[in-house]
Amino acid sequence: MTPAVPDVSFVLNVSLLVMLLAVAVAIAVTRSLLAAILLLSVYSFLGAAWLMVMDAADVAFTEAVVGAGVSTLVLLGALLLTRGETIKTDWKQQIGPLALVLAVGGLLIYAAAGLPGYGDPASPANSYVGRAYLQATYNDIGAPNVVTAVLASYRGFDTLGETTVIFAACIGVALMLDPGSSGAPAQASRIRPGQHIVLKVISKLLIPLIILFAFYVQFHGDLGAGGGFQAGVTLAVAVILHALVFGLDETTRAFPPHLMRAISSGGVMVYSAVGVVCILNGGGFLDYDFLFTPQLEAAIPPGLLGDPDSKHHWGQHFGILLIELGVLLTVSSTMVSIFFGFAGRAPRAASVGQGG
Amino acid sequence: MSEPVQMIGGALILLGAIWSIMGAVGVLRFPDVYTRIHAASLTDTGAATLMLFGMGLMGEAGMVTLKLFFVWAFIMLTTPTSANALANAAFGSGHSPRIGNFQIVRGKNGGGSAPDRGARA
Repeated sequence: MTPAVPDVSFVLNVSLLVMLLAVAVAIAVTRSLLAAILLLSVYSFLGAAWLMVMDAADVAFTEAVVGAGVSTLVLLGALLLTRGETIKTDWKQQIGPLALVLAVGGLLIYAAAGLPGYGDPASPANSYVGRAYLQATYNDIGAPNVVTAVLASYRGFDTLGETTVIFAACIGVALMLDPGSSGAPAQASRIRPGQHIVLKVISKLLIPLIILFAFYVQFHGDLGAGGGFQAGVTLAVAVILHALVFGLDETTRAFPPHLMRAISSGGVMVYSAVGVVCILNGGGFLDYDFLFTPQLEAAIPPGLLGDPDSKHHWGQHFGILLIELGVLLTVSSTMVSIFFGFAGRAPRAASVGQGG
Repeated sequence: MSEPVQMIGGALILLGAIWSIMGAVGVLRFPDVYTRIHAASLTDTGAATLMLFGMGLMGEAGMVTLKLFFVWAFIMLTTPTSANALANAAFGSGHSPRIGNFQIVRGKNGGGSAPDRGARA
Protein backbone atom coordinates (compact mmCIF):
# COMPACT_ATOMS: atom_id res chain seq x y z
CA MET A 1 0.00 0.00 0.00
CA THR A 2 2.17 2.87 -1.24
CA PRO A 3 0.03 5.55 -2.84
CA ALA A 4 1.74 8.38 -4.70
CA VAL A 5 0.22 10.93 -2.33
CA PRO A 6 0.52 9.79 1.28
CA ASP A 7 -2.96 9.39 2.76
CA VAL A 8 -4.31 11.57 5.53
CA SER A 9 -3.92 9.12 8.37
CA PHE A 10 -0.28 8.53 7.44
CA VAL A 11 0.46 12.26 7.59
CA LEU A 12 -1.45 12.52 10.88
CA ASN A 13 0.37 9.50 12.31
CA VAL A 14 3.78 10.88 11.45
CA SER A 15 3.09 14.39 12.73
CA LEU A 16 1.51 13.12 15.96
CA LEU A 17 4.39 10.74 16.58
CA VAL A 18 6.92 13.50 15.97
CA MET A 19 5.06 15.71 18.45
CA LEU A 20 4.96 12.83 20.96
CA LEU A 21 8.71 12.40 20.61
CA ALA A 22 9.33 16.12 21.04
CA VAL A 23 7.18 16.24 24.18
CA ALA A 24 8.89 13.14 25.58
CA VAL A 25 12.31 14.73 25.09
CA ALA A 26 11.06 17.93 26.70
CA ILE A 27 9.79 15.96 29.72
CA ALA A 28 13.15 14.27 30.09
CA VAL A 29 15.08 17.53 29.81
CA THR A 30 13.02 19.87 31.97
CA ARG A 31 14.07 20.50 35.58
CA SER A 32 10.79 21.92 36.78
CA LEU A 33 8.42 19.22 37.96
CA LEU A 34 5.41 21.43 37.30
CA ALA A 35 6.40 21.80 33.66
CA ALA A 36 7.03 18.06 33.46
CA ILE A 37 3.54 17.30 34.77
CA LEU A 38 1.91 19.68 32.32
CA LEU A 39 3.97 18.22 29.49
CA LEU A 40 2.86 14.74 30.56
CA SER A 41 -0.70 15.96 30.18
CA VAL A 42 0.11 17.20 26.68
CA TYR A 43 1.73 13.85 25.97
CA SER A 44 -1.41 11.99 27.00
CA PHE A 45 -3.58 14.26 24.93
CA LEU A 46 -1.43 13.71 21.87
CA GLY A 47 -1.58 9.99 22.59
CA ALA A 48 -5.36 10.20 22.73
CA ALA A 49 -5.45 12.00 19.39
CA TRP A 50 -3.21 9.34 17.93
CA LEU A 51 -5.42 6.52 19.25
CA MET A 52 -8.37 8.33 17.67
CA VAL A 53 -6.58 8.25 14.31
CA MET A 54 -6.16 4.49 14.83
CA ASP A 55 -9.97 4.20 15.29
CA ALA A 56 -9.70 3.20 18.94
CA ALA A 57 -12.25 5.70 20.21
CA ASP A 58 -12.87 4.13 23.62
CA VAL A 59 -9.18 3.87 24.44
CA ALA A 60 -8.70 7.41 23.14
CA PHE A 61 -11.11 9.06 25.47
CA THR A 62 -10.07 7.02 28.46
CA GLU A 63 -6.55 8.25 27.75
CA ALA A 64 -7.78 11.83 27.37
CA VAL A 65 -9.75 11.72 30.60
CA VAL A 66 -7.39 9.73 32.80
CA GLY A 67 -4.02 10.54 31.29
CA ALA A 68 -4.51 14.17 30.46
CA GLY A 69 -7.07 15.03 33.11
CA VAL A 70 -7.24 13.05 36.33
CA SER A 71 -3.65 11.85 36.60
CA THR A 72 -2.37 15.38 35.92
CA LEU A 73 -4.49 16.63 38.80
CA VAL A 74 -3.33 13.87 41.11
CA LEU A 75 0.28 14.57 40.21
CA LEU A 76 -0.25 18.29 40.78
CA GLY A 77 -1.73 17.46 44.16
CA ALA A 78 1.30 15.32 44.91
CA LEU A 79 3.59 18.10 43.76
CA LEU A 80 2.17 20.34 46.48
CA LEU A 81 3.43 17.79 49.00
CA THR A 82 6.98 17.77 47.69
CA ARG A 83 9.61 20.01 46.15
CA GLY A 84 9.16 21.57 42.74
CA GLU A 85 12.49 20.80 41.11
CA THR A 86 14.45 17.69 40.32
CA ILE A 87 17.66 17.14 42.23
CA LYS A 88 20.80 17.74 40.21
CA THR A 89 22.92 14.62 40.17
CA ASP A 90 26.44 13.96 39.08
CA TRP A 91 26.68 12.69 35.51
CA LYS A 92 28.73 9.69 36.65
CA GLN A 93 25.77 8.42 38.65
CA GLN A 94 23.61 8.53 35.56
CA ILE A 95 25.69 6.24 33.38
CA GLY A 96 24.17 3.07 34.85
CA PRO A 97 20.53 4.15 34.44
CA LEU A 98 21.28 5.47 30.94
CA ALA A 99 22.78 2.14 29.89
CA LEU A 100 19.76 0.30 31.30
CA VAL A 101 17.31 2.60 29.52
CA LEU A 102 19.19 2.26 26.24
CA ALA A 103 19.26 -1.52 26.57
CA VAL A 104 15.53 -1.77 27.30
CA GLY A 105 14.73 0.72 24.54
CA GLY A 106 16.83 -1.26 22.08
CA LEU A 107 15.02 -4.45 23.06
CA LEU A 108 11.64 -2.76 22.58
CA ILE A 109 12.59 -1.46 19.15
CA TYR A 110 13.87 -4.93 18.24
CA ALA A 111 10.57 -6.42 19.42
CA ALA A 112 8.53 -3.81 17.56
CA ALA A 113 10.17 -4.91 14.32
CA GLY A 114 8.62 -8.33 14.84
CA LEU A 115 5.06 -7.04 15.30
CA PRO A 116 2.57 -7.46 12.47
CA GLY A 117 1.61 -4.39 10.49
CA TYR A 118 -1.30 -2.18 11.58
CA GLY A 119 -4.56 -3.72 10.36
CA ASP A 120 -2.76 -6.71 8.86
CA PRO A 121 -5.50 -9.31 8.20
CA ALA A 122 -3.00 -12.15 8.58
CA SER A 123 -1.81 -11.06 12.03
CA PRO A 124 -2.53 -13.51 14.88
CA ALA A 125 -4.93 -11.08 16.56
CA ASN A 126 -7.03 -10.87 13.42
CA SER A 127 -6.96 -14.48 12.31
CA TYR A 128 -7.84 -17.04 14.97
CA VAL A 129 -9.65 -15.97 18.11
CA GLY A 130 -10.48 -12.49 16.84
CA ARG A 131 -12.19 -13.86 13.77
CA ALA A 132 -14.07 -16.41 15.84
CA TYR A 133 -15.40 -13.65 18.09
CA LEU A 134 -16.43 -11.53 15.13
CA GLN A 135 -18.35 -14.43 13.61
CA ALA A 136 -19.98 -15.71 16.78
CA THR A 137 -20.92 -12.48 18.54
CA TYR A 138 -24.05 -11.73 16.56
CA ASN A 139 -25.57 -15.14 17.30
CA ASP A 140 -24.30 -15.53 20.84
CA ILE A 141 -24.71 -12.07 22.30
CA GLY A 142 -26.58 -9.92 19.81
CA ALA A 143 -24.58 -6.84 20.75
CA PRO A 144 -23.39 -4.79 17.76
CA ASN A 145 -20.21 -3.74 19.55
CA VAL A 146 -17.97 -6.80 19.53
CA VAL A 147 -15.51 -5.16 21.93
CA THR A 148 -18.21 -4.85 24.57
CA ALA A 149 -19.36 -8.40 23.90
CA VAL A 150 -15.85 -9.77 24.40
CA LEU A 151 -15.13 -7.57 27.40
CA ALA A 152 -18.38 -8.04 29.26
CA SER A 153 -19.65 -11.44 28.21
CA TYR A 154 -17.05 -13.78 26.74
CA ARG A 155 -14.40 -12.54 29.12
CA GLY A 156 -16.63 -11.29 31.90
CA PHE A 157 -14.44 -13.04 34.42
CA ASP A 158 -11.35 -11.04 33.35
CA THR A 159 -13.30 -7.83 33.59
CA LEU A 160 -14.44 -8.76 37.08
CA GLY A 161 -10.76 -9.10 37.93
CA GLU A 162 -10.01 -5.67 36.47
CA THR A 163 -12.84 -4.11 38.43
CA THR A 164 -11.51 -5.72 41.58
CA VAL A 165 -8.05 -4.31 40.85
CA ILE A 166 -9.55 -0.83 40.61
CA PHE A 167 -11.37 -1.40 43.87
CA ALA A 168 -8.06 -2.50 45.41
CA ALA A 169 -6.51 0.77 44.21
CA CYS A 170 -9.29 2.64 45.99
CA ILE A 171 -8.61 0.74 49.20
CA GLY A 172 -4.87 1.29 48.86
CA VAL A 173 -5.21 5.03 48.46
CA ALA A 174 -7.73 5.17 51.27
CA LEU A 175 -5.33 3.33 53.58
CA MET A 176 -2.34 5.49 52.71
CA LEU A 177 -3.87 8.92 52.35
CA ASP A 178 -6.91 8.44 54.55
CA PRO A 179 -9.18 10.94 52.85
CA GLY A 180 -11.89 12.66 54.76
CA SER A 181 -11.29 11.17 58.17
CA SER A 182 -8.99 14.00 59.23
CA GLY A 183 -10.44 16.20 61.91
CA ALA A 184 -8.79 19.20 60.26
CA PRO A 185 -11.24 22.09 59.97
CA ALA A 186 -12.33 23.31 56.59
CA GLN A 187 -9.42 25.12 55.11
CA ALA A 188 -9.59 23.07 51.96
CA SER A 189 -11.31 25.53 49.68
CA ARG A 190 -8.78 27.95 48.35
CA ILE A 191 -11.36 29.61 46.13
CA ARG A 192 -13.40 32.12 48.00
CA PRO A 193 -16.81 33.43 46.95
CA GLY A 194 -16.73 36.17 44.39
CA GLN A 195 -13.66 34.84 42.66
CA HIS A 196 -13.47 33.00 39.38
CA ILE A 197 -17.00 33.86 38.41
CA VAL A 198 -16.41 32.91 34.79
CA LEU A 199 -15.08 29.51 35.80
CA LYS A 200 -18.01 28.90 38.10
CA VAL A 201 -20.66 29.84 35.56
CA ILE A 202 -19.10 27.78 32.80
CA SER A 203 -18.56 24.81 35.11
CA LYS A 204 -22.18 24.93 36.18
CA LEU A 205 -23.07 24.76 32.51
CA LEU A 206 -20.66 21.99 31.68
CA ILE A 207 -20.95 19.62 34.64
CA PRO A 208 -24.49 18.44 33.73
CA LEU A 209 -23.38 17.98 30.14
CA ILE A 210 -20.38 15.90 31.23
CA ILE A 211 -22.63 13.72 33.37
CA LEU A 212 -25.09 13.35 30.51
CA PHE A 213 -22.23 12.35 28.23
CA ALA A 214 -21.04 9.81 30.80
CA PHE A 215 -24.44 8.17 30.86
CA TYR A 216 -24.63 8.22 27.09
CA VAL A 217 -21.28 6.43 26.96
CA GLN A 218 -22.49 3.99 29.60
CA PHE A 219 -25.73 2.98 27.93
CA HIS A 220 -24.34 3.18 24.43
CA GLY A 221 -21.64 0.65 25.27
CA ASP A 222 -23.66 -2.15 23.65
CA LEU A 223 -23.87 -0.30 20.37
CA GLY A 224 -20.79 1.84 19.94
CA ALA A 225 -17.57 2.85 21.56
CA GLY A 226 -17.95 3.07 25.29
CA GLY A 227 -18.78 1.14 28.40
CA GLY A 228 -18.44 1.21 32.14
CA PHE A 229 -14.76 2.12 32.33
CA GLN A 230 -15.03 5.10 30.00
CA ALA A 231 -18.29 6.29 31.53
CA GLY A 232 -16.87 5.87 35.02
CA VAL A 233 -13.87 8.10 34.44
CA THR A 234 -16.02 10.68 32.65
CA LEU A 235 -18.46 10.75 35.55
CA ALA A 236 -15.57 11.10 38.00
CA VAL A 237 -14.25 14.06 36.04
CA ALA A 238 -17.54 15.89 36.54
CA VAL A 239 -17.20 15.48 40.32
CA ILE A 240 -13.53 16.46 40.24
CA LEU A 241 -14.29 19.55 38.17
CA HIS A 242 -16.86 20.53 40.78
CA ALA A 243 -14.29 20.08 43.52
CA LEU A 244 -11.73 22.17 41.65
CA VAL A 245 -14.04 25.07 41.02
CA PHE A 246 -16.30 25.13 44.04
CA GLY A 247 -13.88 23.83 46.63
CA LEU A 248 -13.42 20.44 48.21
CA ASP A 249 -15.79 21.13 51.09
CA GLU A 250 -18.77 21.69 48.84
CA THR A 251 -18.06 18.52 46.91
CA THR A 252 -17.44 16.29 49.91
CA ARG A 253 -20.79 17.41 51.26
CA ALA A 254 -22.47 15.98 48.16
CA PHE A 255 -20.08 13.04 47.72
CA PRO A 256 -18.74 12.08 51.15
CA PRO A 257 -15.48 10.10 50.93
CA HIS A 258 -16.81 7.20 53.00
CA LEU A 259 -19.79 6.92 50.65
CA MET A 260 -17.40 6.86 47.69
CA ARG A 261 -15.53 3.94 49.24
CA ALA A 262 -18.80 2.12 49.91
CA ILE A 263 -19.89 2.62 46.29
CA SER A 264 -16.52 1.38 45.12
CA SER A 265 -17.05 -1.93 46.86
CA GLY A 266 -20.73 -1.91 45.91
CA GLY A 267 -19.83 -1.91 42.23
CA VAL A 268 -17.76 -5.06 42.59
CA MET A 269 -20.61 -6.61 44.55
CA VAL A 270 -23.17 -5.78 41.83
CA TYR A 271 -20.87 -7.40 39.31
CA SER A 272 -20.37 -10.57 41.35
CA ALA A 273 -24.05 -10.73 42.27
CA VAL A 274 -24.93 -10.99 38.58
CA GLY A 275 -22.59 -13.97 38.37
CA VAL A 276 -24.12 -15.59 41.43
CA VAL A 277 -27.67 -15.13 40.10
CA CYS A 278 -26.58 -16.93 36.94
CA ILE A 279 -25.30 -19.84 39.07
CA LEU A 280 -28.55 -19.97 41.05
CA ASN A 281 -30.50 -20.22 37.81
CA GLY A 282 -28.50 -23.24 36.72
CA GLY A 283 -25.80 -21.68 34.56
CA GLY A 284 -22.13 -21.00 35.09
CA PHE A 285 -20.68 -17.98 36.84
CA LEU A 286 -21.47 -14.88 34.70
CA ASP A 287 -23.30 -17.00 32.10
CA TYR A 288 -25.86 -14.35 31.22
CA ASP A 289 -28.05 -16.74 29.22
CA PHE A 290 -29.21 -18.01 32.60
CA LEU A 291 -29.75 -14.58 34.11
CA PHE A 292 -33.53 -14.88 33.76
CA THR A 293 -35.49 -17.89 34.92
CA PRO A 294 -37.50 -19.51 32.10
CA GLN A 295 -40.76 -18.24 33.62
CA LEU A 296 -39.52 -14.66 33.63
CA GLU A 297 -38.25 -14.98 30.10
CA ALA A 298 -41.61 -16.33 28.97
CA ALA A 299 -43.33 -13.33 30.51
CA ILE A 300 -41.44 -10.90 28.28
CA PRO A 301 -43.59 -9.96 25.29
CA PRO A 302 -41.89 -10.90 22.03
CA GLY A 303 -40.48 -8.10 19.94
CA LEU A 304 -40.04 -5.71 22.86
CA LEU A 305 -36.56 -4.82 21.69
CA GLY A 306 -37.77 -4.41 18.12
CA ASP A 307 -36.41 -7.63 16.71
CA PRO A 308 -38.55 -10.73 17.48
CA ASP A 309 -35.41 -12.87 17.60
CA SER A 310 -33.81 -10.63 20.13
CA LYS A 311 -35.65 -12.30 23.00
CA HIS A 312 -32.98 -14.94 22.96
CA HIS A 313 -30.45 -12.26 23.87
CA TRP A 314 -32.33 -10.66 26.73
CA GLY A 315 -30.20 -12.30 29.36
CA GLN A 316 -27.07 -11.15 27.55
CA HIS A 317 -28.36 -7.59 27.19
CA PHE A 318 -29.29 -7.26 30.82
CA GLY A 319 -26.21 -9.07 32.04
CA ILE A 320 -23.96 -6.70 30.14
CA LEU A 321 -25.99 -3.71 31.29
CA LEU A 322 -25.77 -4.75 34.94
CA ILE A 323 -22.10 -5.57 35.03
CA GLU A 324 -21.33 -2.33 33.18
CA LEU A 325 -23.25 -0.60 35.95
CA GLY A 326 -21.01 -2.30 38.49
CA VAL A 327 -17.93 -1.21 36.57
CA LEU A 328 -19.27 2.35 36.34
CA LEU A 329 -19.85 2.53 40.10
CA THR A 330 -16.45 1.16 41.01
CA VAL A 331 -14.43 3.15 38.49
CA SER A 332 -16.08 6.51 39.11
CA SER A 333 -16.04 6.30 42.90
CA THR A 334 -12.45 5.05 42.91
CA MET A 335 -11.30 7.94 40.74
CA VAL A 336 -13.11 10.39 42.99
CA SER A 337 -11.67 8.86 46.17
CA ILE A 338 -8.15 8.95 44.79
CA PHE A 339 -8.61 12.60 43.94
CA PHE A 340 -10.07 13.30 47.38
CA GLY A 341 -7.11 11.52 48.93
CA PHE A 342 -4.58 13.79 47.27
CA ALA A 343 -6.63 16.97 47.26
CA GLY A 344 -7.56 16.63 50.93
CA ARG A 345 -3.89 16.61 51.87
CA ALA A 346 -2.63 19.31 49.54
CA PRO A 347 -4.12 22.38 51.27
CA ARG A 348 -2.89 21.20 54.65
CA ALA A 349 0.61 20.68 53.28
CA ALA A 350 0.54 24.04 51.54
CA SER A 351 -0.46 25.82 54.72
CA VAL A 352 2.23 23.98 56.67
CA GLY A 353 4.74 25.04 54.04
CA GLN A 354 3.73 28.64 54.53
CA GLY A 355 4.08 28.35 58.25
CA GLY A 356 0.36 28.99 58.69
CA MET B 1 -22.78 20.21 -2.59
CA SER B 2 -21.66 22.62 -5.26
CA GLU B 3 -18.12 23.29 -6.29
CA PRO B 4 -17.82 26.97 -5.15
CA VAL B 5 -19.05 26.14 -1.64
CA GLN B 6 -16.43 23.42 -1.42
CA MET B 7 -13.77 25.88 -2.45
CA ILE B 8 -14.89 28.45 0.10
CA GLY B 9 -14.81 25.73 2.76
CA GLY B 10 -11.30 24.74 1.76
CA ALA B 11 -10.18 28.35 1.79
CA LEU B 12 -11.59 28.80 5.30
CA ILE B 13 -9.74 25.72 6.54
CA LEU B 14 -6.53 27.02 4.99
CA LEU B 15 -7.10 30.41 6.61
CA GLY B 16 -7.64 28.65 9.94
CA ALA B 17 -4.35 26.80 9.51
CA ILE B 18 -2.51 30.05 8.79
CA TRP B 19 -4.20 31.59 11.82
CA SER B 20 -2.98 28.70 13.97
CA ILE B 21 0.58 29.20 12.80
CA MET B 22 0.31 32.91 13.55
CA GLY B 23 -0.99 32.07 17.02
CA ALA B 24 1.91 29.69 17.60
CA VAL B 25 4.40 32.36 16.54
CA GLY B 26 2.63 34.76 18.90
CA VAL B 27 2.92 32.36 21.82
CA LEU B 28 6.65 32.10 21.21
CA ARG B 29 7.41 35.73 20.42
CA PHE B 30 5.14 37.88 22.57
CA PRO B 31 6.83 39.56 25.53
CA ASP B 32 4.78 38.60 28.60
CA VAL B 33 2.27 36.06 29.93
CA TYR B 34 -0.85 38.01 29.09
CA THR B 35 -0.07 38.67 25.46
CA ARG B 36 0.93 35.03 25.09
CA ILE B 37 -2.37 33.90 26.57
CA HIS B 38 -4.03 36.25 24.11
CA ALA B 39 -2.22 34.64 21.19
CA ALA B 40 -2.96 31.11 22.40
CA SER B 41 -6.64 31.72 23.03
CA LEU B 42 -7.07 33.44 19.68
CA THR B 43 -5.75 30.25 18.10
CA ASP B 44 -8.25 28.21 20.07
CA THR B 45 -11.25 30.31 19.22
CA GLY B 46 -10.56 32.03 15.91
CA ALA B 47 -8.69 29.30 14.08
CA ALA B 48 -11.04 26.61 15.37
CA THR B 49 -14.05 28.63 14.27
CA LEU B 50 -12.65 29.10 10.78
CA MET B 51 -11.72 25.44 10.45
CA LEU B 52 -14.97 24.07 11.80
CA PHE B 53 -16.98 26.43 9.62
CA GLY B 54 -14.91 25.36 6.63
CA MET B 55 -15.50 21.70 7.47
CA GLY B 56 -19.21 22.37 7.80
CA LEU B 57 -19.24 23.84 4.30
CA MET B 58 -17.22 20.98 2.84
CA GLY B 59 -19.13 18.12 4.43
CA GLU B 60 -22.67 17.07 3.69
CA ALA B 61 -25.32 19.10 5.42
CA GLY B 62 -26.99 17.08 8.17
CA MET B 63 -25.75 15.26 11.25
CA VAL B 64 -22.13 16.16 10.54
CA THR B 65 -22.96 19.87 10.44
CA LEU B 66 -24.85 19.59 13.70
CA LYS B 67 -21.97 17.75 15.37
CA LEU B 68 -19.50 20.36 14.12
CA PHE B 69 -21.74 23.04 15.55
CA PHE B 70 -21.69 21.34 18.95
CA VAL B 71 -17.92 20.98 18.81
CA TRP B 72 -17.72 24.67 18.02
CA ALA B 73 -20.07 25.59 20.87
CA PHE B 74 -18.03 23.46 23.27
CA ILE B 75 -14.78 25.07 22.18
CA MET B 76 -16.26 28.56 22.43
CA LEU B 77 -17.38 27.79 25.99
CA THR B 78 -14.26 26.14 27.29
CA THR B 79 -11.21 27.79 25.75
CA PRO B 80 -12.05 31.41 26.65
CA THR B 81 -12.77 30.12 30.16
CA SER B 82 -9.41 28.43 30.42
CA ALA B 83 -7.69 31.55 29.06
CA ASN B 84 -9.52 33.59 31.68
CA ALA B 85 -8.53 31.18 34.46
CA LEU B 86 -4.94 31.21 33.27
CA ALA B 87 -4.76 34.99 33.18
CA ASN B 88 -6.44 35.16 36.57
CA ALA B 89 -3.92 32.73 38.04
CA ALA B 90 -1.01 34.60 36.46
CA PHE B 91 -2.29 37.87 37.89
CA GLY B 92 -2.88 36.30 41.27
CA SER B 93 0.63 34.94 41.47
CA GLY B 94 2.07 38.35 40.82
CA HIS B 95 2.92 38.47 37.13
CA SER B 96 2.65 42.06 36.04
CA PRO B 97 2.10 42.82 32.39
CA ARG B 98 5.06 44.21 30.51
CA ILE B 99 3.00 46.80 28.72
CA GLY B 100 0.99 49.14 30.91
CA ASN B 101 0.70 48.97 34.66
CA PHE B 102 -2.03 47.34 36.69
CA GLN B 103 -0.35 47.54 40.07
CA ILE B 104 -2.97 49.90 41.51
CA VAL B 105 -5.84 47.56 40.80
CA ARG B 106 -4.09 44.60 42.28
CA GLY B 107 -4.42 45.22 45.99
CA LYS B 108 -8.13 45.87 45.74
CA ASN B 109 -9.12 43.09 43.40
CA GLY B 110 -6.90 40.44 44.93
CA GLY B 111 -7.22 38.29 41.85
CA GLY B 112 -5.79 35.22 43.53
CA SER B 113 -3.78 33.87 46.37
CA ALA B 114 -0.69 36.05 46.32
CA PRO B 115 -1.81 39.04 48.43
CA ASP B 116 -3.53 37.04 51.13
CA ARG B 117 -0.75 34.49 51.22
CA GLY B 118 1.45 37.36 52.29
CA ALA B 119 -1.13 38.36 54.85
CA ARG B 120 -1.31 34.88 56.33
CA ALA B 121 2.47 34.39 56.66
